[in-house]
Amino acid sequence: MTEVTYLEAIRQALFEEMERDPNVFILGEDIGAYGGAFKVTDGLLAKFGEQRVIDTPISEAGIVGAAAGAAHMGMRPVVEMQFIDFISCAYDMLTNYVATARYRAMLPCPMVVRGPSGGYVRGGPFHSQNPEAAFLHTPGLKIVAPATAADAKGLLKAAIRDDDPVLFFEHKYLYRRIKEEMPSGDHVVPIGKARTAREGKDLSIITYGATVWKALEAAEQLEKEDGVRAEVIDLRSLLPMDDEAILATVKKTSRVMIVHEDTRTGGVAGELTARINERGFEWLDAPVLRVTAADVPLPYAPTLEDYVLPQTADVVTVARRLAGY
Amino acid sequence: MLARAPLRVAPASPSRDADRPSSRLTKSQKLELYYYMRLTRSLEERLVNLYRQTKVVGGLFRSLGQEADAVGSAFALDRTLGDILSPLIRNLGSMLVQGATPLEILRQYMAKGDSPTRGRELNIHFGDLARGFVGQISHLGDLVPVMTGITLSFKLRKQPRVGLVYIGDGATSTGAFHEGTNLAAVQRCPLVIVMENNGYAYSTPTAKQTAVKELKDKALAYGVPGVQADGNDVLAVYDVTKRAVERARRGDGVTLIELITYRRKGHAEHDNQSYVPDGEIEWWEKNNDPVDRYVRVLLEQEQVERAELERIDARVQQEIDAATDEAERSAPPEPMDALVGVLADPPSVAPLWYREGVASAVEGSERPASWGTFDD
Repeated sequence: MTEVTYLEAIRQALFEEMERDPNVFILGEDIGAYGGAFKVTDGLLAKFGEQRVIDTPISEAGIVGAAAGAAHMGMRPVVEMQFIDFISCAYDMLTNYVATARYRAMLPCPMVVRGPSGGYVRGGPFHSQNPEAAFLHTPGLKIVAPATAADAKGLLKAAIRDDDPVLFFEHKYLYRRIKEEMPSGDHVVPIGKARTAREGKDLSIITYGATVWKALEAAEQLEKEDGVRAEVIDLRSLLPMDDEAILATVKKTSRVMIVHEDTRTGGVAGELTARINERGFEWLDAPVLRVTAADVPLPYAPTLEDYVLPQTADVVTVARRLAGY
Repeated sequence: MLARAPLRVAPASPSRDADRPSSRLTKSQKLELYYYMRLTRSLEERLVNLYRQTKVVGGLFRSLGQEADAVGSAFALDRTLGDILSPLIRNLGSMLVQGATPLEILRQYMAKGDSPTRGRELNIHFGDLARGFVGQISHLGDLVPVMTGITLSFKLRKQPRVGLVYIGDGATSTGAFHEGTNLAAVQRCPLVIVMENNGYAYSTPTAKQTAVKELKDKALAYGVPGVQADGNDVLAVYDVTKRAVERARRGDGVTLIELITYRRKGHAEHDNQSYVPDGEIEWWEKNNDPVDRYVRVLLEQEQVERAELERIDARVQQEIDAATDEAERSAPPEPMDALVGVLADPPSVAPLWYREGVASAVEGSERPASWGTFDD
């Protein structure tokens, strides 16, 4: 079997779902003839034609709204944001229209909005964002953020089949940097289930997306240099959150830290910390600590970006503090 | 004399050429148009009474003076083919044409548990795809892209269906209107966009909303036809919409229609219209009321007997009375239904721990001193 990159895994999921279900179609900017800014949709136009692979004007709100309308009619649209940073242009449509449709109008809205998120790529303030926290606050949406190629494929297939709107935040740093053999058959990963990326007993690192790899690297170093065995939990889904998996690792290690690439204030880590506080306080031997980006727009220059974003050394530093409590 | 010139009034008697689509309407269809206009007006009058009795929980929105534009345009759709429209707050008439019932409207305004949205949404914010209408949201313009997507699905599935979306003069300033119209035009979606120019968006006159002299000229920017009609002449509204609907059904894409009308009531019932020049509202009431005008057409040109119209009026009153009685008997929603149906899976949100086993958050009901009650 050949290994498949994270990016190819996403393309495979789109291809397989479009073959499986004629209601699935994709729309976005430059996704057809050009194959997408990152070539995720390369080849899909030739295979499925311009009725199902639609090049659109630069209109994120328009595209998301149109996807919602088509979804009401039983179609399964997948919208590409050229960079996920531009999802903010569709914020109103997603939070006010799409997320509320089932609740206020009993109108199902099965659609996916996917796109490249994340930094470490020298993309600057508008091509590096992690917008998950902006949507975590919105009832009616689901949010996934895969860290592995197999999860990228399996979660995208689950997202397309889900009866509710799913935001699919893929990480552009991982697109061509990681690859693995794909599980055979119809590989679907359920939304809402976390994954133990590495077993450990001394402390827990809860994370998602590209920082799963930073956490794994740090865990390796901690074991080698300190004899500390860190457990790494890859959330995979942010909405809904896998509360059972989170509580299980809290009970197992009693020391928890959260790592995310997004900025600190109002980030996912705050919500996780509150949940752990409410349900797992008696199990904790130390305060929940955070490793996050600094609260600044993400700058372009390598020295600046590297300083702002979480690095493996940061995870190690904070883990040592946590282990020393 | 008016303090300033009223909105341009389109000609009262458009040309009566033989190929007007309305010339093919039967007498009974023409009486149906009258029925829906009368039902719209009388139902809203009933809602005013209920509002004053505080039985309407939230704000109340009137379409007084705009009944012809909503009814005439919706009547141009083909319900047997599954056409779908998306109304705005002053398009109650279009929903009634599509099959919404007075009972649903009354329950919805009174926040009843058996209202179409089970008490989740207000006023006429509800829809039913099976009957061909999609509920609006308060973020104006958003339904244009949504209707673009609905009509895109018609196109992709090669269905001979058409969509119609209403947009007010104010909401033509939104980005969503632009993005949705542009996308629908590029994709040649079978979509008719009805721009209702009623002179005001809340308190803002159209001249402060846009620098174009006529909203129909916005069509130039999208490469689609822009047409205009007298929105207070129900047959003219029907004609212009019917032609756009037929064009869309042929696969020729989007048409922008501007209907010239006038909003005789405030934005909502609480709005005292202090910003309206003296005499303007009265001028429209006296000279350009769409129901009065259509009554004259029916009596003078269509040989309808006044008694026939009176029979319709009586039927309307009877239907509204019966619906009011029934709606008043409906119960409010069960508080815990608030947690149901955000997602398909899980089907319900868990109660917050301090609400576990609590059936209701407050004793009895309180009417908050919210918007919709201020009037001085």
